Amino acid sequence: MKDREYMLGNAAIARGIIEGGGKVISGYPGTPSSEIIGTLASMKERDFYVEWSVNEKVALEVAAGAAMAGTRSVVTMKHVGLNVAADPLMTLAYMGVEGGMVIIVADDPGCHSSQNEQDTRRYSEFSMLPCFDPATPQEAKDMVSEAFSFSEKFQLPVIFRSTTRISHGKSDITLNDIDINTKTPFFTKDVDRWVMIPKNACVRHPQLIDVQEDIKNELQNSRWNKLDLSESSTIGIIAAGIASVYAEEAMIDLDVEASYLKIGTYPLPDDLISKMLDKVDEVLIIEELEPFVEDKVRAISNDLNKDIKIYGKDPKLIPRDGELNVNICKIAISNAFNVPDKNNYYDYADKINSLSIPERPPVMCPGCSHRATYYAMRKAFGADAIYPSDIGCYTLGVQSGTVDTTLCMGGSITVASGIFNAGEKRPICCSIGDSTFLHTGINGLLNATYNKSNITITILDNRTTAMTGHQPNPGMGQLATGEKTIEVCFEGLCKSLGAEFVETVDPFDIPSTIEAFKKARDYQGTSVIIAKQPCVILSRRMGVKNLPFHIFIDKCNGCKACIRLGCPAIEFDEKNKHAKINSMCTGCGSCVQMCKFDAIVEVSK
Amino acid sequence: MSDKVSKFDLIISGVGGQGTILASDIIGKTAVISGYHVRAAETHGMAQRGGSVVNHVRIGCDYGSLISINGADFMIALEPSESVRYLKYLAPGSKIIINTEPVYPVSVLSGKSSYPAISDILNILEKDHEVIAFNATKLAVEAGNQQAMNVVMVGALSRYLPFDEKVLFESVKSIVPPKTLDVNKKAFMLGNKIMESH
Repeated sequence: MKDREYMLGNAAIARGIIEGGGKVISGYPGTPSSEIIGTLASMKERDFYVEWSVNEKVALEVAAGAAMAGTRSVVTMKHVGLNVAADPLMTLAYMGVEGGMVIIVADDPGCHSSQNEQDTRRYSEFSMLPCFDPATPQEAKDMVSEAFSFSEKFQLPVIFRSTTRISHGKSDITLNDIDINTKTPFFTKDVDRWVMIPKNACVRHPQLIDVQEDIKNELQNSRWNKLDLSESSTIGIIAAGIASVYAEEAMIDLDVEASYLKIGTYPLPDDLISKMLDKVDEVLIIEELEPFVEDKVRAISNDLNKDIKIYGKDPKLIPRDGELNVNICKIAISNAFNVPDKNNYYDYADKINSLSIPERPPVMCPGCSHRATYYAMRKAFGADAIYPSDIGCYTLGVQSGTVDTTLCMGGSITVASGIFNAGEKRPICCSIGDSTFLHTGINGLLNATYNKSNITITILDNRTTAMTGHQPNPGMGQLATGEKTIEVCFEGLCKSLGAEFVETVDPFDIPSTIEAFKKARDYQGTSVIIAKQPCVILSRRMGVKNLPFHIFIDKCNGCKACIRLGCPAIEFDEKNKHAKINSMCTGCGSCVQMCKFDAIVEVSK
Repeated sequence: MSDKVSKFDLIISGVGGQGTILASDIIGKTAVISGYHVRAAETHGMAQRGGSVVNHVRIGCDYGSLISINGADFMIALEPSESVRYLKYLAPGSKIIINTEPVYPVSVLSGKSSYPAISDILNILEKDHEVIAFNATKLAVEAGNQQAMNVVMVGALSRYLPFDEKVLFESVKSIVPPKTLDVNKKAFMLGNKIMESH
C-alpha cells in the first residue's frame, strides 16, 4: 500500500508540484493560497527553485520565463491576485510554454479572508486556457502533478483553481513517487513565438482558438470527469469542483436516484453533458459562485430537440454568492425534483438568540504596533480627516476610525490621490503595510509625488507580511527559504520616488509619532511617515519578551482612556469601575502613555 | 444521519489562538493511522486574529469536509460562548465537552456588550445535549501551561473517539513541540482523567 498522510490541502498541492517535477515555483502570499510556497520553502532538501515574488504579475512572469526555457514551473496566488497578473496571463495564452506551467489560483467563496469572491473559471474562459477544478485535496494533489504533462502536450499553461475548502481542508492523502527527471533548461530563440508584436499575435490567436476543440476532447475523457447514467431515473444532477462532494453526500442522504455528472475540467466536457441531457427530462446544476456550467448546459440544451427543465442559479435554487454545503444541495435537490427530505431539522435559533452571544470579530493582536500608529494618526489628523487604507492586518483597524476605504492591494495611496484631486479640502492620510507597499504601493507613491498630491502616506512597516502568515518580503533582508538577501530601505526608496518629506518613527513612542504626523499633515505636498516596529507575533517568535504591565487600581479613576485603545489585554471592571490588564499583555507600553494618573506600570521581575 | 457518509462528525470551536488546529491535527492524524479516511475544515487567515474559529473533523468520511446542519455527533468547545455560536451543526442528543473559562471579546472588555452567565449557557445546552463542563484552562495551568488547554480537551474527548486512546496519546507526543512535551503529556492525562467522574 502506498503511503498515506494527513495533510493540509495546500501541503498536498505542494506535494503534487514535487511529484510532477515542478522546478521553478513563484508566488505572492494570499489567503487561502499561501501555504503552498510556505511548504516548499521550508523543505530542507530541495531540487527546485522557490521564491516569494513582490506581486502576482511579477510571479506569473517569473514562472512564464522558466517555462519558456523548458522548465516545469508553477505560480501561486489568491483569486484577486490573478487580476494583478491578468496582463501577462492573456498574452501568455497566445505565446504558450515549452515546459509545463501551472497557474494555481485559490478562490475564496464566502469571503473568509478576501475583499471579493470572484470565480477564476471566468478567467479560464476569457484567456482560453484549460482549467482544473478539484473536488478534494487528494484530487488537487493528483491534478497538479498531472497538469504539467498536459500543459506540455498542448504547450499552454494550465489554470488550477483551488478554493478555501480545498486549500484549507485537511484529508488523508495517498502519496505517489516524486519525479526525479531533470531536464536541462534551454531557451530556444524563436522570435515568431516569443515576441508578441502584432504580426505574431495575429498568427498565435487563431491557433489558440483552433486548439480548444482538441483540449476539450482530451480533458473530456480524463478521470476528472465522471458520468453515471441512471437506467431508471429521468432526473439529472451536474456538479462541479468542490460542489460535487456536497452534491454526492446530499444525494446519498436524500436517497435519490438520478443520473450524475461530476465535472473537474474546463473547457467543459460537452459530449458528456449532451449524453446526460439525452437521458433526462430535468437537470439541476450545482456549482460554487458563477453559473459557469449552467450557462453552457442551457446553450447545449437549446441545440437539442428536446424540452429539458434546467435548475440552478436560475431559479435561485443554488446561490450565486457564498459557499455551498450539503444542506444547500439537499434543499435544492428536494425542491427541484420534489424529493422528500425525511430528516427532521432541529432549530436551535430561539435558544441561541435567548443567550445573545457577543460578536467576536478578528482584531489586532495585543501589542500590535498598528494600534499605536492609528492612535497617533487620529490624534494628529482628527476624526474629520479622510483615511484611505489597504489590505493587511491593519484593515482590522476599521474600528479605530482610521480605515475609510479598502479597495485592493496598493489602492490606498491612489484612492487618496483621487480624493485629493476631486477637490476634497479635509486632510487625507492613508495607510499601507510594508509588503503591500512593495506589491503595488510604489507606483501609487510615484504617481502621487509626480502629480503633486497633497496627502500623507503612512507605511506601516511591521517587518513582515503578517496577515497571510509572516512571509518574508524585500524589506526584511530574507528570502522565502530564510536565506539572507538585500534589505530594501524604505526611506531611500520613498525619496527616490520623489517624496521630499519622509520620516521614520517608532509607533510605540506615541508623543513623537503624534508630532511627526502633525508635521506631515502641515507639509504642502506628498509626505511619508514610516511607522517601523516588528509584528508582535514575529518578535515574540524571535525571542523578544517584554515585561507585561499592571494597573494599580488605587490610582485608576476609571476614565477608560486606556480602554479606548481597543487592546484585548485591557479589560474594564464595570462593578468596581476600574481598568485591569490581563494575561495577554505583551508589554508594548502603549496604554501607559494614555494614562494621566500613572496607574499603569511595568510588572517588576 | 451521518451513519452513511461519516463514522464520527466532530465540531471543534474556540477563539483564534487557542489551538483548535493543533487539536484537530492530533485527532485527524490518529484517525489516518487507525485506517480511516478523514476530512477536516479549518479557519485560517483573517479569522485567526482573536476571532471566532470552528473546525470540522469527519472521521471515516470520503466526501466534503463540512458537516451538515444537525449532523455532528460531538462538539468540543474551547470557549463557552463559542459552543453556542456553532450549535446548529449538532444533532440533538449529541455530546458537548465544554471549557468553562471564558475569553471575552473586545466589545465585552470595553463594556460595550455583555457576556452571558456560564450557567445560562450550560442550562441552554443541557436542554438538548449531554454536556460535560469543566475548567480546562485551570487543568492546563496545573499541567504547567495555560496554552495546553487544547490538549486537555483532546484528552477529555479521547474515550469517545472511534480509535485507541493509546494511539491518540502517541499522536499528541509526535505533534506537540518537543519543548512542551511533558506539559502536554500531563495535560492529556488530566483531561482524560476528569472524564472518569462523568
